[in-house]
Amino acid sequence: MSVNYIPRRFDIVRDNERCVQCGCCVRQCSNECHYFAEGGKIVLADASACVACHRCVDLCPTSALSIQKHVCDYRENANWAPQYQQEICRQAQTGGVLLSGMGTPKPYPIYWDKMLLNASQVTNPSIDPLREPMEIRTILGRKPRQLEVDAAGNPLGEMPPQIILETPIIFSAMSFGSISLNAQKSLAMAAKNLGTLFNTGEGGLHPDLSDYTDYAVVQVASGRFGVHKDYLENARMIEIKIGQGAKPGIGGHLPGEKVNVEVSNARMIPEGSDAISPAPHHDIYSIEDLRQLIWSLKQATQGKKPVSVKIAAVHNVAAIVSGCARAGADIIAIDGFRGGTGAAPTRIRDNVGIPIELALAAADARLRDEGIRSEVSLLAAGSFRCSADIVKAIALGADACYCASAPLIAMGCHMCQTCHTGKCNWGIATQRPELTKRLNPDIMHERVENLIHAWNHEIKEMMGGMGINSIDSLRGNRLMLRGIGLSEKELQILGIKHAGE
Amino acid sequence: MLREGEVRIPSGCAIAAIIDKKGGMINGAEIIKSIALMHDRSNGLGGGFAAYGIYPEHKDEYAFHIFYDTAAAKEACEEFLFKHFNIDVAERIPTRKIAAISKSPDIWRYFGKPNRVRMKNARLDEGEYVMQCVTKVNASYEGAYIFSSGKNMGCFKAVGYPEDVGEFYMLDTYNAYLWTAHGRFPTNTPGWWGGAHPFSLLDWSIVHNGEISSYDANRRYIEQFGYKCTMQTDTEVITYLFDHLMRHHGLPTKVAADVLTAPEWTEIDRMEPEKREYFTRLRAIYSGALVNGPFSVILGSNKGLLAINDRLKLRSLTAATKGNRAYFASEESAIRIICPEPEKVWSVSGADPVFVPLEIAQEEGE
Ligand code: SF4
Ligand code: SF4
Ligand code: SF4
Repeated sequence: MSVNYIPRRFDIVRDNERCVQCGCCVRQCSNECHYFAEGGKIVLADASACVACHRCVDLCPTSALSIQKHVCDYRENANWAPQYQQEICRQAQTGGVLLSGMGTPKPYPIYWDKMLLNASQVTNPSIDPLREPMEIRTILGRKPRQLEVDAAGNPLGEMPPQIILETPIIFSAMSFGSISLNAQKSLAMAAKNLGTLFNTGEGGLHPDLSDYTDYAVVQVASGRFGVHKDYLENARMIEIKIGQGAKPGIGGHLPGEKVNVEVSNARMIPEGSDAISPAPHHDIYSIEDLRQLIWSLKQATQGKKPVSVKIAAVHNVAAIVSGCARAGADIIAIDGFRGGTGAAPTRIRDNVGIPIELALAAADARLRDEGIRSEVSLLAAGSFRCSADIVKAIALGADACYCASAPLIAMGCHMCQTCHTGKCNWGIATQRPELTKRLNPDIMHERVENLIHAWNHEIKEMMGGMGINSIDSLRGNRLMLRGIGLSEKELQILGIKHAGE
Repeated sequence: MLREGEVRIPSGCAIAAIIDKKGGMINGAEIIKSIALMHDRSNGLGGGFAAYGIYPEHKDEYAFHIFYDTAAAKEACEEFLFKHFNIDVAERIPTRKIAAISKSPDIWRYFGKPNRVRMKNARLDEGEYVMQCVTKVNASYEGAYIFSSGKNMGCFKAVGYPEDVGEFYMLDTYNAYLWTAHGRFPTNTPGWWGGAHPFSLLDWSIVHNGEISSYDANRRYIEQFGYKCTMQTDTEVITYLFDHLMRHHGLPTKVAADVLTAPEWTEIDRMEPEKREYFTRLRAIYSGALVNGPFSVILGSNKGLLAINDRLKLRSLTAATKGNRAYFASEESAIRIICPEPEKVWSVSGADPVFVPLEIAQEEGE
């Protein structure tokens, strides 16, 4: 027997007084942790492959199960933390690059938690969202420098294409392939009912989603998967994906095992082949090249679709955003390094890029310095955990926020961070039919809608407290934010004052 | 303690205005009487007036009203002024010594035209040139503050109750076709004369009651276009918004007012297609210029008088008309005391800005 150098991470605890040996957990765990023993009389577990996804826990009819952290102490060492030793062992075994799913779990500063919101008292009344209209409608797209009117005040000329959203929350890119069609369909249905957008990622558009094209953002990424004229035309917005917050500077890799017939059709690649998107777009080596791609996409769609450029939040983000705006992007999405992913090299995910809060603040300030902020839309991405994070992002300067992990959690995701294995027990990050069928879009779209309705309501409540009844007046309103426990430099970059000032 | 401009100070207040749309003259005593009635809405920490048509003999020249804290500030500022403008007249603004107003800065006024050569070299039109000069002095000449810079108009303000400020500046010796007045109730006591209202730039003057919650969104919007909000007041940012929309973007007064007080989406969605398109465009393009929170604003200019109120009507503003005159005030009683029998009295609604254009041709344009 080969030596396993890494202790297991979790213990599966079964309360035998409660367990009725129904076998549900055996069927539910795709990691095959639970099994029948003694000829099917009792159920036992081997926790070595357990990822703490809680599928078995949540479905056990008698609540007999719990997952606990497996305690196995190493000799204390502040430098050689167990994580590094375990990763070394894994690499010594496989010789490969470490892969992870979801956003970085490392305890980097989360600036949302270091910013506090304002509320009105006396000099300026707060507004009750239940009694007064509270507007969160958000309009994305390139805005002309000014309104042209004739002498009577009637507008002249044409407006570039605009997207009217009924919430500042949109769903970020998750491709069919990295997530299941059922998961994507749930998001598409929710986007339609909520009056917002979902994003197909770079996975092409599955024919089953043809009813939702008015709510679809289609991506053009370096692999160009599924990109053809109909794909571009069957969309509300086109997004050129330059980078992703979880893995700046590298491309994508969808393993061949996940490329079944359906995925291969949507992506227009052979079945079973690895879908590799190169690190750069091989036709974009400079900002002029980006400009050309933006204009070709606009030409291919008769200028009817706004074009967004999505970049990862990296050190020079402000200048890059400004370059994208000048290259003709109508919308610029910045993805912070805490953003999620279906699969990313762990080292990159945990060490490359910068937080969205700082990137957004810097980019918004830069566009204002150049006097062009009002002409483009700025989307923030990279981990919004609750409605307050969204309110803070808008106050920093975002037009709208891309959310992915939160709606996935609404559909059952438990942040087990093993999306890259393709064995998602919740039917989200998998293509296995026995798993994907666990996710019923007719139910899940409602859970996602409930979540966004709840967040919308909370956003309105916070706005009302500040005496603001339109999200337009929250956008970039940094006086509504105060830092708590931040250094001068951090406050300066965020463009906010410290609490008490 | 930080001075106004170094810190944002919320305040409540009283406002009043009168216009004679045919250009008939109104004595300053009238507007003083109106604003004095609302004494309790101010707390003696700021009062002021703007008057249009008061300098007919200099009507083609810019009239600069300046506060000087020190002789050195005056010397430095004058050097700048004489270099950038051909100044015809430089004089102290006449004031009356009264007990209620103390610690006055040295208050001067200048009449002059831009130095053509410098203006051409700077490749700026006249309005832009004057605005940049005023911004320059106010931002970088310590102890000097230009608080009025229009043609044939002037702003008069001080720390004190408005009626005392009126007496101090001897406004009963001025006649104007348009007056605005302001009494302030700041929740802080900076005691700086420049912080009193109206706020004025070029021909614009603004008096305002309320505290806008969109302040920083509006400030960061307008600062994209070369403005610098040195005062950190609502009035300053609203003035710049109007100046930008009307002077740079050439929007008619009514459209500019629509930008600041755009109707709610629920209302827009119910409109006729053309109106809906107009407001949707306007809100999409000028989302950063939408003003939010409780406010009532009176904007004076050589084009006339505009009164706007917030969308939720959180601050009172009453309007009345009689003959050629229109009256506005935070309280109806402040109108009735100078116009006991108006023909029409109404409350200015958020959705319906009131614009009273001046109907005399020679005042149009710059
Ligand atoms: S699902 Fe629960 S009750 Fe059923 S076998 Fe597993 S632990 Fe026992
Ligand atoms: S992997 Fe998930 S389903 Fe399997 S045992 Fe662990 S928690 Fe239960
Ligand atoms: S999507 Fe599935 S695999 Fe990925 S973290 Fe969530 S539960 Fe785990």
